[in-house]
Amino acid sequence: MKATQLSVFLENKEGRLADVTKILAENDINIRALFIADTSDFGILRMIVDKPKKAVDILKENQFTVNETDVVAVELLDKPGSLAKVLGVLNDNSLNIEYLYCFLDTERNAAVDVMRIEDIGRAIDILQGAGVKLLSGADLHEL
Amino acid sequence: MIWNKEIEMMPREKLEALQLERLRETVRRVYENVPMYKKRFDEAGLGPDSIKTLDDLQKFPFTLKTDLRDNYPFGIFAVPMKDIVRLHASSGTTGKSTVVGYTKNDIDAWSELMARTLTAAGTSNGDVVHNAYGYGLFTGGLGVHYGAERVGASVIPISGGNTKRQITIMKDFGSTILACTPSYALYLAEVAEEVGLKNGDLKLKAGVFGAEPWTNSMRKDIEERLHILAIDIYGLSEVIGPGVAYECPEKDGLHVGEDHFIVEVIDPETGKRLPPGEKGELVFTTITKEAIPVIRYRTRDISAINFEQCACGRTIARMDRVTGRTDDMLIIRGVNVFPSQIESVLMEIDGTEPHYQLIVDRIGQLDMLEVQVEVGEKFFSDEVRLLEAFENKIKGEIESALNISVDVKLVEPKTIQRSEGKAKRVIDRRSLS
Repeated sequence: MKATQLSVFLENKEGRLADVTKILAENDINIRALFIADTSDFGILRMIVDKPKKAVDILKENQFTVNETDVVAVELLDKPGSLAKVLGVLNDNSLNIEYLYCFLDTERNAAVDVMRIEDIGRAIDILQGAGVKLLSGADLHEL
Repeated sequence: MIWNKEIEMMPREKLEALQLERLRETVRRVYENVPMYKKRFDEAGLGPDSIKTLDDLQKFPFTLKTDLRDNYPFGIFAVPMKDIVRLHASSGTTGKSTVVGYTKNDIDAWSELMARTLTAAGTSNGDVVHNAYGYGLFTGGLGVHYGAERVGASVIPISGGNTKRQITIMKDFGSTILACTPSYALYLAEVAEEVGLKNGDLKLKAGVFGAEPWTNSMRKDIEERLHILAIDIYGLSEVIGPGVAYECPEKDGLHVGEDHFIVEVIDPETGKRLPPGEKGELVFTTITKEAIPVIRYRTRDISAINFEQCACGRTIARMDRVTGRTDDMLIIRGVNVFPSQIESVLMEIDGTEPHYQLIVDRIGQLDMLEVQVEVGEKFFSDEVRLLEAFENKIKGEIESALNISVDVKLVEPKTIQRSEGKAKRVIDRRSLS
């Protein structure tokens, strides 16, 4: 139930994000979710796209440093307390989250949380055991 | 003021006779005591008696920095260790530094040369010398220190760093002579202005500045802001350290300690000696040094020489202010930096040849070195803390190899300029003209 996220290294300079999105657009790749972690010098662009393999190839061709990262995506009811419950489960099991970002699926009244967790295999088992709905890569990319 | 009128104003004929006698002795000594020189002289068909006139020196092979490194640490010492009283070292390109040793007589000669240097800048026994050159393996600190003591001045061995405290001490102790790198002198001036020091709070009257390239406009700036006479001094540890050559208040070239060294300027391509006034590479032969005599040491520094008498009365040769180098060595805050040193550090971290670029700039008055490293897939991580840790690791390893602080910046692949397939490694934005 792992999903694939693309991580792209970006220098903190004008136009780089625009360049990435333009290259993806020209190749008919849809971005499902996007999040940037930045420092004063550089940023790391994290994306969920509909065609990850193709996106990686194209970005590499265009000389971006890009890698694929395994993440866990959970689908939650869009209401107070949903995320707190999931994080409580992870915390009880001493699972550390490296980072997390969310987006809404308004059609289904759902919130999707994408998490990068160190021990991803164990995290998946524990979340499934706790009845949390996980999205597969295919689910996530097709949303 | 002139410290040693007998030597510094000696008629050239007499000076050259002295040089010839000392050169013959030196050639004999290295032939007998240093296997490297014996081998080279034998190969060139030269022997201990091949010096008949000073011009015969041109027949002798050059000594390079790599010769010192290849014989690390003591391979070209001409005396046994029991006669060595001091060791200094400078940074090298491959982690191995260049080691130089001094006998008691060498220290004595060096002190004499630095006494001449400080005296030329107006130092006498009533002065307080604020010595902000680094003390340690670097020759700057102790070189100035011994010279100032020889003159009889009061030395403040403050070394580098802690600039605000330096200013307090200069003010409270009444420092009159400043010794440091020119960029540090400007930085001191800047900080002195920041802390609200007024004209007259300091008693400084002159400064001896060297160990890095600087220009006349920097000199003007230092002189106006610190209200002092700024004197250029030159030296390198392979020859003896600071004191090899020094300006007088005429500021019309640096006087070479010709009773201790023979100076030549050569065409760096052909190795042929150039006539006075023509720019080329400076080459020094030591003629009194006991621990490490060097025969025709190539400095890589670009200058020209002039044998005419100076308006100050000195008859010893003058060399032009050094305007550049024949190799890719950078001098940053007085420290010699070769791009290859940084390359070897990066190669050890990554295991493969990395793409990097060095950006040198002078921000405010201080030289800054930024090392840009392309982020390859091999060490790219999607976690900021890992990339930052990587950045810090590179910074730490470069700093421990070079002994100067650097900024490391991770950049995207292929962003570093490449010309004809070869990366342009150094961008020096310091303007020295």
